[in-house]
Amino acid sequence: MVENRPWLAFFTHVVLLIGIAIIALPIWITFVAATHDEIRMTQVPLPLLPGDQFWVNLKATLFGRGLSGTETAPVWLMMLNSLVMALGIALGKIAISLLSAFAIVYFRFPFRMGFFWMIFITLMLPVEVRIVPTFEVVAQLGLLNSYAGLTIPLIASATATFMFRQVFLTIPDEMLESARIDGAGPMRFFFDILLPLSRTNIAALFVILFIYGWNQYLWPLLITTDSDMTTIVMSIKQMLEAAEQSPQWNIIMMTALLAMLPPVLVVVLMQKLFVKGLTETEK
Amino acid sequence: MLKRVHFPPSVLPYLLVAPQIIITLVFFIWPASQALWQSMLVEDAFGLSTEFVWFENFQALFRDDQYIGAFKRTAFFSLAVAFVSMSFSLVLAGFADRVVRGAIVYRTLLIWPYAIAPVLAGALWVFMFNPTLGILAYGLEMLGYEWNHQLRGGQAMALVIMAASWKQVAYNFLFYLAAMQAIPRSVIEAAAIDGAGPIRRFWTIIFPLISPTTFFLLVINAVYAFFDTFGIIHAVTQGGPANATTILVYKVYNDGFVGLDLGGSAAQSVILMILVIAMTVLQFRYIERKVEY
Repeated sequence: MVENRPWLAFFTHVVLLIGIAIIALPIWITFVAATHDEIRMTQVPLPLLPGDQFWVNLKATLFGRGLSGTETAPVWLMMLNSLVMALGIALGKIAISLLSAFAIVYFRFPFRMGFFWMIFITLMLPVEVRIVPTFEVVAQLGLLNSYAGLTIPLIASATATFMFRQVFLTIPDEMLESARIDGAGPMRFFFDILLPLSRTNIAALFVILFIYGWNQYLWPLLITTDSDMTTIVMSIKQMLEAAEQSPQWNIIMMTALLAMLPPVLVVVLMQKLFVKGLTETEK
Repeated sequence: MLKRVHFPPSVLPYLLVAPQIIITLVFFIWPASQALWQSMLVEDAFGLSTEFVWFENFQALFRDDQYIGAFKRTAFFSLAVAFVSMSFSLVLAGFADRVVRGAIVYRTLLIWPYAIAPVLAGALWVFMFNPTLGILAYGLEMLGYEWNHQLRGGQAMALVIMAASWKQVAYNFLFYLAAMQAIPRSVIEAAAIDGAGPIRRFWTIIFPLISPTTFFLLVINAVYAFFDTFGIIHAVTQGGPANATTILVYKVYNDGFVGLDLGGSAAQSVILMILVIAMTVLQFRYIERKVEY
């Protein structure tokens, strides 16, 4: 920095470490709860240091039938459902947004602006504000309790379409001219030139959308009634309710850990892409 | 907007936009117009007949003290979440901006709560503050403060604000840090040579220069608190005790799916849509201004 003040530098690190400790505290408590047995987790005060039951709890959570006294799907199945939903939403959004951005940027056709505005409207209508009528549409189409119902209603995306439009607009016109001189048709141009050029943007967007898809809560809560279709994020709420009768906090908190692990790993391991995706989708 | 050169006209562009447009029509435009239509209908108690009543549902809502209460509560909740989360992030970003080596390590350790689902964030906080077992509730009791958010509305509100702010710190921190690092070092060095200390430099140079980011984050945080915190409320308090934490999105869900008041819920949906549109316009105006800079 601009000046040398050893005490200030020391103070800076202390403040940052305290900040990190506050941010990490809930996760630490969760982790500790997941490493003790059921009995210990009912004795006040609860432990602050990890115990030795981590693997036992992990096995019981992943392959057991959930909390005693409740009939739920095994956690590995819920994680699989979450994975299918997250991948379906992320890849679906990317695919249909790439195609529509391509059409809007590289073709001149009637109603082009009309379509553009129609896509723009989706930006303004989050699921939370139109839940009852959207639920009715999905029910009429017979999509309740299916992967299609979990993903398709969520894959229209104005943000992704805008982002790809921006990316395509920065690609020089000469690319298209030379491709056309060489006799490439539209789809050839799309697959051989546009897709490779927007590779990093696709990856960055994928990171953001995977997290978005994995963390969906209200929508799966409404349209899945079959316990074999529940996602892991939803199951936490059901477990909190069941905890009133059978407080197996070790299992509940292990499930919470498993539910947050995939998106957290994605953020930490692909931090560069994550930051790029976050800042670009807001433009 | 459009390329100077483009492909010759054909049916292809229609096929390309078709998937997006069909999904938008079926799952966005159609339900939204349904909501608009239902918001003007009243169904009798047995669901046998419906009557078209124009804006009576809206008038009823604005006469309903519970709805007005939920409105005020949502406004308070959003402002509180934005304030707590943004000031915490601002302090951390201000210090992280000073770190020469290891800034990326601090960033990694601070941004991951972004990836945690709101309902999970709620579950973690409700566990720490569980009145009989929770470790923090226990600590507060040791200090002579009785915590029971299941009975006390104020404490329930404080708990959902903490959980919601905690999750949003990552996002605000990232944007604040990026904004601070974009300030030319020469400006800060010049102030240092003129004898301004670190705190003075922060308030007179850094803070005014990042004000566009502050405004942008204010809008983003308000939208987040309005619409993305359903999971937190649902997991932590279910809107209780005695509606002390019933915010607007929770009320739409509760009236529609639990209370089965379709007309009233649809009218609430329409009001929320208008709010989202207003916030989106605000956000876009800000972005247009940023482009001019």
